Amino acid sequence: MAAEVLARSLAEPAVLAADVKLPDIDYLAIAPMLVLFGAACVGVLAAAFVPQRLRYRVQVSLVIGALLVALGLIVTVARAGRAVATAGGAIAIDGPALFLQGSVAVLGVVAVLLIAERSLERGGAFVSRASLTPGSAADRDQAEQPGATEVYPLVSFALAGMMLFVSANDLLTLFVALEVFSLPLYLLCGLARRRRLLSQESAVKYFLLGAFSSAFFLYGVALLYGFAGATGLGALRKAVQAGDGNTTLLFLGLAMLAVGLLFKVAAVPFHVWTPDVYQGAPTPITALMAACTKVAAFGALLRVFTVAFPVGAVDWRPVLVAIAIATMLVGAVLAVTQTDIKRLLAYSSIANAGYVLTGVLALSAAGVAGSLFYLVAYGFVVLAAFGVVTLVRDADGEATHLSRWAGLGRRSPLVAGVFTFLMMAFAGIPLTSGFTSKFAVFSAALGSGQVTLVVVGVLSSAVLAFPYLRVVVLMYLSEPAEDTPTVSLPGTLTAAALAIGVLATALLGVAPAPVLDLAAKAVQFVS
Amino acid sequence: MSFLSVLTLLPLVGAAVVALLPRGNPRLAKLVALGFSLAVLVLAVAMWSAFEIGGDRLQFRESYAWIPQWGVNLTFAADGIALVMLALIALLTPIVILASWHDADDVTGEPGSDTGTATRSSRSVPAFFALLLALEFTMIGVFAAADVFLFFVFFEAMLVPMYFLIGSFGGARRQYAAVKFFLYSLVGSMLMLAAVIGLWVYSGDPGERTFDWATLAAMEFDPNVQRWLFLGFFIAFAVKAPFFPFHTWLPDAGGAAPAGAAAILVGVLDKVGTFGMLRYCLPLFPEASKFFAPMVLVLALVGVMYAALLAVGQNDLKRLVSYTSISHFGLIGIGIFAFTSQAGTGAVLYMVNHGLATGLLFLVVGMLVARRGSALISDFGGAGKLLPALSGAFLIAGLASLSLPGTAPFVSEFLVLIGTFSVHKTVAVIGTLGIVLAAAYILWMYQRAMQGTLNPALNSVPAMKRDLNLREYAVVAPLVALILALGIYPKPVIDVINPAVQATLADIGVTDPAPRTAHSDGTGGGSGGADGTAKGDK
Repeated sequence: MAAEVLARSLAEPAVLAADVKLPDIDYLAIAPMLVLFGAACVGVLAAAFVPQRLRYRVQVSLVIGALLVALGLIVTVARAGRAVATAGGAIAIDGPALFLQGSVAVLGVVAVLLIAERSLERGGAFVSRASLTPGSAADRDQAEQPGATEVYPLVSFALAGMMLFVSANDLLTLFVALEVFSLPLYLLCGLARRRRLLSQESAVKYFLLGAFSSAFFLYGVALLYGFAGATGLGALRKAVQAGDGNTTLLFLGLAMLAVGLLFKVAAVPFHVWTPDVYQGAPTPITALMAACTKVAAFGALLRVFTVAFPVGAVDWRPVLVAIAIATMLVGAVLAVTQTDIKRLLAYSSIANAGYVLTGVLALSAAGVAGSLFYLVAYGFVVLAAFGVVTLVRDADGEATHLSRWAGLGRRSPLVAGVFTFLMMAFAGIPLTSGFTSKFAVFSAALGSGQVTLVVVGVLSSAVLAFPYLRVVVLMYLSEPAEDTPTVSLPGTLTAAALAIGVLATALLGVAPAPVLDLAAKAVQFVS
Repeated sequence: MSFLSVLTLLPLVGAAVVALLPRGNPRLAKLVALGFSLAVLVLAVAMWSAFEIGGDRLQFRESYAWIPQWGVNLTFAADGIALVMLALIALLTPIVILASWHDADDVTGEPGSDTGTATRSSRSVPAFFALLLALEFTMIGVFAAADVFLFFVFFEAMLVPMYFLIGSFGGARRQYAAVKFFLYSLVGSMLMLAAVIGLWVYSGDPGERTFDWATLAAMEFDPNVQRWLFLGFFIAFAVKAPFFPFHTWLPDAGGAAPAGAAAILVGVLDKVGTFGMLRYCLPLFPEASKFFAPMVLVLALVGVMYAALLAVGQNDLKRLVSYTSISHFGLIGIGIFAFTSQAGTGAVLYMVNHGLATGLLFLVVGMLVARRGSALISDFGGAGKLLPALSGAFLIAGLASLSLPGTAPFVSEFLVLIGTFSVHKTVAVIGTLGIVLAAAYILWMYQRAMQGTLNPALNSVPAMKRDLNLREYAVVAPLVALILALGIYPKPVIDVINPAVQATLADIGVTDPAPRTAHSDGTGGGSGGADGTAKGDK
């Protein structure tokens, strides 16, 4: 059926004829995205029309409600077992898309819980106007005022864009989705209540580099259109397999497309924005980016490379293998030298991108399933880890310098215990999701004969364990400094987010079978 | 009865219970921990008596589905080698708990200790004993697992409680030692992870792959593949054991760990390395084992001599004992890779006896260090005059460590050397020199610390005048009794070990060139059948 839709859309001339025939749209299949986009639009209106005192509650319930409804719809669609390419083949709702959309929704809920927390800091972690000059009177003023509620529609747009991104079956749709989820993120990065200058810097850096990468992406799309005469992934595949086009256009286009995608997943050498942006952005937004953006970006990467560019016709593996190796090594080695917890987690997220790439490069069903599983498992750990970071505070807000974490285990054993558990998960110690997910991707890669990748993977994991261990040592085995920051009591929302993250990490480590099963069933792409 | 799963889970339950006990009542936590460890001991004794000598190679087999997508099962089973190690853990844990009774206390710490009082006051007694039980859980799991994935899970999980025991409750330089221990082990186990995955990938087509040890042991892998997988496993085990040149973490960890944890670390946890070689390297990769055996023998031999020489030069009691262990691990390694049933049986017996002897030595040293507030030999001197009973126990432990005839380690060391001599004469002859050095480091240590004129500084330390109390007698007595008993009559243990060793040698297809010992004659016939059933048991 998918093929029929595709064939029909291909048969129709791309030129606008007098009688434009609208493509069929499977509304149920795209309902989750529609709900979320709708909620985002309603949120924009709510920000304008709902009275100030109710706004926060309305917005938070709106976005969480929409995410839950979307999740319910995703489950319904998945239960129906349909795999379609709809809207003229521009959107593919298949196993991977549904799994990734579900992941974005679930991780999104947890991230929104962190974003909505207001008891740690008066008015929440965000200010209303990002553009005010840091340090100016107006800026100091807004630091005392309750934060903007516009963040919630922005987050909704971002999450909806991510859902579209993982199901986009056409390069143009992919580009639109990329922009839809990136633009809100650029803005959200600049809204931190504390350390405004750092926050603005991160927003500008992310925006500029993101804009560059989008331009690369778009240029790649143009070149590929020149090669294939179409932008649909299925059509591209046919053209690639036919192999009679201009291969210069193909290679250049593919390379530029890859730059855009690898930028979003933060693979070396397109990773340089990550530490600065992760550090400067408000921590809940960092959590959102580390968990959900990664899911979305890898989802698209998987789809584009698997569907449109079969390795039999164009072998991009050597390049991506080199990138994966560089990503794992650079991420792990640079993480060792970090002195700021957010930068440390940023480099760790780079290294983790390398591990997911290992799964992608297996180019097998097991590899896709392993990558999907990894993304979910990693998302929960990283959300919880950044959740803990929001709790360790002093008078100036979050105390992110590692030296400030010394002796934390004595002051707040529970928080330190939770963070230790998360660090063990990052390090891949068994009985945490970190181990099962690493096993999933490495076994898939080795099953496909990628021995080098796996050896680099395990060795870099050992290197990466050192920074995690250093944090644990600092918390437990070091003497508390005079000015050890206090650990704020988590509000209900943060506590819930932490509980979900830790529980999921433990469950996926001890009993991963159900989620593995889900991922294994969700490996078939349609085009 | 499902012995092994209960035996594995019982300490975990204990750890959870003890961890949840209030900090305000340390005595309760200690008693509960002791109770759980004794229950494990009782269960282990019952299991030993239920073990059929000459029966199946792997007994008490239980299997539950865990991660069906990867063919991972919670499979537990024990052969004779695992059984004796399980018994050793079950025995040592309550003794160590008893010996560490005051190690985590707030007030009654070592007077004049080199660690500050600020850290002492914030220690949590329940946490310490919960960690000990958690460690027991992971160690039992390692020996009881008959699924390679499950084994790896326990193998790596073992690091966590030990890391915290050293890091939170150790002496000076504990952070450094804990991190070094963790990272060394982690590098090893990461390589092993790659090999575990490799083993799985080569075990069959997707969907039919297995982690089941018995199934894997019956498979034949390509020799080239075997070599790489062997190396992955072997390096992890060589770090754990530790073998030269991967040994440098042990003196630091052993020196910094609290005495009880050090006794477990060297007495049992490190045996996982040698056990792993016997259980995984040899049966799974027979060709590679034969290929690498000469190199391993050389490394082990270097380790025997090198660590013994270093031990002679130590002035720190705990570090000295750690170096003696590295030397002994070399001998165990020689026994394993000599590929004769005498040497193999001797090696396994040595694993047990070394656990008893070095465990006792570490615990006695811990008592001395706790009294003196220092681990330096030069801070003692003539201490035997003040502490006659304690120095007696110290002497027995020391003599057992240097394998004096009449003590248990003698039997095992003798078997290893005899068994090795029949195939590798040079190795055996050089290895024997290690015993001479052992006499040097042990006796010289004893002489400097306990004999001679009394160090006047000791008179000013009141604790040095308190000889063994009842609790400490209860710690020392069972170990001394076992060391002497097994020195005179080791047959019950050898009878359990020998069939498993025979089966392992059959796996690599080696037959003894030398006449068999009296013990192996009685059980050799049965073990062939046991091997066959183990292989057929899928």
